[in-house]
Amino acid sequence: MRHLINITDLSVAEIEELIATAQDIIQNGKKYAEVCKGKKIATLFFEPSTRTRLSFEAAMLELGGSVIGFSSAESSSAAKGETVTDTVRTVACYADIIAMRHPKEGAPLAASKVSPVPIINAGDGGHNHPTQTLADLFTIYREKGRLENFTIGFCGDLKFGRTVHSLITALSRYRNINFIFISPEELRIPDYIKEDTLWKNKLPYIEVERLEDVMPQLDILYMTRVQKERFFNEADYVRLKDSYILEPSKLANAKKDLSVLHPLPRVNEISHLVDSDPRACYFKQVLNGKYMRMALILKLLNLEVDS
Amino acid sequence: MKIDSIQNGIVLDHIKAGNSMKIYQYLALDKLDCPVALIKNVKSTKMGKKDIIKIDSLIDINLDILGYLDAGITVNIIKDGVLKEKRRLELPEKLINVLRCKNPRCITTVEHSLDSVFNLVDRSKGIYRCEYCEAEGN
Repeated sequence: MRHLINITDLSVAEIEELIATAQDIIQNGKKYAEVCKGKKIATLFFEPSTRTRLSFEAAMLELGGSVIGFSSAESSSAAKGETVTDTVRTVACYADIIAMRHPKEGAPLAASKVSPVPIINAGDGGHNHPTQTLADLFTIYREKGRLENFTIGFCGDLKFGRTVHSLITALSRYRNINFIFISPEELRIPDYIKEDTLWKNKLPYIEVERLEDVMPQLDILYMTRVQKERFFNEADYVRLKDSYILEPSKLANAKKDLSVLHPLPRVNEISHLVDSDPRACYFKQVLNGKYMRMALILKLLNLEVDS
Repeated sequence: MKIDSIQNGIVLDHIKAGNSMKIYQYLALDKLDCPVALIKNVKSTKMGKKDIIKIDSLIDINLDILGYLDAGITVNIIKDGVLKEKRRLELPEKLINVLRCKNPRCITTVEHSLDSVFNLVDRSKGIYRCEYCEAEGN
């Protein structure tokens, strides 16, 4: 039995396989409409989320399965002090697969150690968010036609941004990728990402403070939200939240085929005026995420569809 | 200074001078009923000064903890007054319930029934990371 806790739980070949399945789902959706009939996914969200939870639920429903779960810790037994491992042992009696979001880092790993059904990490604190990474990779693949040979800029909260950490780790396995990290000094990527991923694999990267300075070099711009819940005090949040805002004027000197990605939700870091720019890919990313989650559910449940 | 040699027991030799009390505490040697000698600042040709711990009983020693604390220690097993085995230590791949994670966002800080697990990620620098949240252990 397989779990997905960290994006590196999947090999490059397995990610290719998921991309191929997702593309087939897009082209031949009807073929997949009943493949999960009789199967249930439990979405255990100990922390609020709209997109990821609904994406998992929509994915399972489109595969013909059904959905149970909760959308906040207050509406679960966690409010009574139940441990994550006890919750998972219980829910595994009702569901065939579990997608879990938890504010504490490592909670899905703890769950996977006791669970008799596959666990999918749907985000754990500021740590990892591997299914967002699958959405990001599929979006890059669909926009660029490849997962190598490009320059990608990560902008905003790179310290607590779990989607950033997972995507850097995933991309470190592909060839010829240049990383540019754009953030205030307080929100730079953590040392362990530099040491374990960038330095260890001898990957080229630079850290800058201004988005404008590097915009012309970028093939992909990955924007992130400065998340209030990741700060220990509000004063730091207020001081930094508007530092990195993408407006149409900043795109003036960008490449014509730039792809702007964002894991969403956004607050104000991408102006709504950018939405109509053909380079804005963040809503396509949402849809791509659903297809990749469908492919992932099939893989973890060992379900195959006849071609 | 003379400490009687032991018949059946363990001698922890080549402890970095000054570290013996820390090791005494980590291995919970204060809980033992048998004689335990802690000898500090012994002259050593290799190390200049070293500490030695003698335990007059063949207890189970957690070699992982010992390797983590000081991989230079030699563990001598004495049986019937004779040196039967000399074990050299190295940094263990995994530390279970030796370190506690200090990342306030880590699941192990709120769910104490979970084993605290740290994995060796860089042997040359001796860096361990929490298996759950990947925070560095120290």
